[in-house]
Amino acid sequence: MQDNISTLENVNIQEDRDALSLCINGQKEAYGFIVKKYMRRAYFTALGLVKNHDDAVELSQDAFIRAYRTISRFDLQKNFFTWYYKILRNLCLNHLRNSSARKLENIDSINDIVDLKQDPSIIAERNDLTEKLWTALSILNVEEREIIILKDLEECSYKEIAERLEIQIGTVMSRLFNARKHLKEKFERLI
Amino acid sequence: MTNKPLTGIEWNRFRMLMTAALDGELSNGDKREFQQFLSLYPECQNEWNEYQKLKEMTMQIKFNQPPEEMWDRYWVNIYNRIERGIGWIFISIGAIIVLFYGGFKAVESIIADTTLEWFMKAGILALLAGLVIVLVSVIREKFFTRKSDKYKEIQR
Repeated sequence: MQDNISTLENVNIQEDRDALSLCINGQKEAYGFIVKKYMRRAYFTALGLVKNHDDAVELSQDAFIRAYRTISRFDLQKNFFTWYYKILRNLCLNHLRNSSARKLENIDSINDIVDLKQDPSIIAERNDLTEKLWTALSILNVEEREIIILKDLEECSYKEIAERLEIQIGTVMSRLFNARKHLKEKFERLI
Repeated sequence: MTNKPLTGIEWNRFRMLMTAALDGELSNGDKREFQQFLSLYPECQNEWNEYQKLKEMTMQIKFNQPPEEMWDRYWVNIYNRIERGIGWIFISIGAIIVLFYGGFKAVESIIADTTLEWFMKAGILALLAGLVIVLVSVIREKFFTRKSDKYKEIQR
């Protein structure tokens, strides 16, 4: 199983490497392959951080443009998305910092962001809890929200999270525990 | 491990093991140690149950899928913006050349103009000199200072 996953990962990296080599040689169209491959992940990552659809689209696209402009500095042996993630994360954190400094934080309502199922007879109660859980998650600080989203929504491994956030695996675990502890406290206050 | 109250260090150890267990990242050796905590300490079992429930609920959160047309336009928007960026670079280079040449010619004709009072000449030249200094300073900041700024990604 683990072997299959690492084979797939290698195929992925090879595919990206081919496309990115073409980009470095000036073929803009090859970048389309990379963008189309990662755009959904990029958008949902940004959405989890900034909690607004329009900002998430704008920031994830800005990050792809910035990545393209500095593509010559990208090490082809590395994972593209991990590198891209750092650019996107910086943009999102700057955006949040600027909007909170200007007191303009623009947050979509839960119905715009989270997929609440529409059958009221079966899952009304679960929807209610999901709504409260999202509310609790969205009032966590951005680093705590980010690590929970990476682990529980994006289902990244500790190794991937450590690479993306440039921290040790032990730090991933302690940050995750603290983030969940705060989430649990805030959630319990809401129910 | 005895069945007396857990020390702070033991709690921390249990919480690290519990986090790894929740995320399916527990090694076989750690699994045994974790099971021991659960069987010996009911408070550990309670905490484990609560966090398991929380994890299950968090994993049920799914983001709304945006309309499919958004994905169709996504790459096209990026492509256009990259292309426009290249266009702006050419426009900037062209504008700088035209401005500098135009400025030079203007200065030349002002100096050569015998009908203009000396203080008007001085005023116009000071104005042009100021504009050049500001322009050069902005260009230098944009292209040279930012290149060597390791915190450039962080907006202050």
